Amino acid sequence: MIGAFVIAFREVIEAGLIISIVLAATRGIPGRGRWVALGIVGGLAGAALVALFAEKISDAFEGAGQDLLNAAVLIVAVLMLVWHNTWMAAHGRELAGELRAAGEAVRSGQRTAAALALVVGAAILREGAELVLFLYGLVASGASGADLQAGALAGVGAGALLSGISYFGLAAIPSRYVFSVTSALIIFLAAGLAAQAAQFLSNAGIVTGLDQILWNSSGLIPENGWPGRVLHALVGYTDRPTALQGIVYVGTILVMVGLMQVTASSKRRALRTA
Amino acid sequence: MQAATGLPARWALLALAPLLLAPLLLAPRAARADDMPVIKVEMKDGVILPAIIEVPAKTRFKLEISNTGTSPVEFESLELKREKALAAGSTSSIIFRTLDPGSYDVFDDFHPEAKATLVAKDSVAK
Repeated sequence: MIGAFVIAFREVIEAGLIISIVLAATRGIPGRGRWVALGIVGGLAGAALVALFAEKISDAFEGAGQDLLNAAVLIVAVLMLVWHNTWMAAHGRELAGELRAAGEAVRSGQRTAAALALVVGAAILREGAELVLFLYGLVASGASGADLQAGALAGVGAGALLSGISYFGLAAIPSRYVFSVTSALIIFLAAGLAAQAAQFLSNAGIVTGLDQILWNSSGLIPENGWPGRVLHALVGYTDRPTALQGIVYVGTILVMVGLMQVTASSKRRALRTA
Repeated sequence: MQAATGLPARWALLALAPLLLAPLLLAPRAARADDMPVIKVEMKDGVILPAIIEVPAKTRFKLEISNTGTSPVEFESLELKREKALAAGSTSSIIFRTLDPGSYDVFDDFHPEAKATLVAKDSVAK
């Protein structure tokens, strides 16, 4: 019972933290609730499909199917996060209040809300497939007993609750700062996801080399302990990163910060000349 | 002016094309390796068999994992950076391109008490 609770809780939290960041980052964009709900439903449907066809997907591309799918899902999520942050660099201030009525920002805000809905869907698809398999396995085996099922359901509930709390924590940040905080969180989130994608491509044999281990901090913060898991979900922490992961991680941060700088300064110039 | 700014973008896309196509080009080559060694692992409701999984080092091999129990399992190794979730009664495999000799911890993420060691050894045929 405790085991089922912990596993379900853990899987929900990993996707839940990402969703709470996305929700906080889209504050003030009208209609974002609909987009995020769409992302959640789409992600769950996708997760169920992936769980259903798990064997077929694994066997595709001579065993690399699952790695390629994971990499593709993560790359889409990273691209959407990069785009969102770049857009935010130009429009964040308007959304934060001063120019709330600016029609253009609201219209293109819809697009960034849609992009983040994709991120939510991707996060759920990635983490959810395992959870679906786990929960379905508990139900299908029947004999495993009502207490196991109750434990797993309680785990899902507790995970959703904690995700909700972390959202309200982020939402409590004064609106002047909230987008700076979410932008920073999203940079690390995207870098972590990009590094994971790189590892999947490496596992699939698409990228070879650069597999030296940079450091081993498994004695300090083991990746499968609680702090390790939360850090993994938030900033892509891994206790034995490869050179490839390190390069992709730092590269993603540099690209995102660069794009945000360029957009923010061109926006300022446009405002001055206007 | 419009064309001049459009051009670099188009070139960048052209440069990206091989990257995007690479998986398709690599896939048929990967599919030929039918003769690679297959190492079987059985997972059963919190037990991983064998407890010491011997695999060849520095060569391609396939780890075929069967879940023979009644509960879902997840084969995972942080050191190997691999994971695979399996429903009860299903079998799936992980392809390893190359492993350095040594021993690697593996566990069942859905049954925290289940642990095993994967040992990669240089092939005896040498």
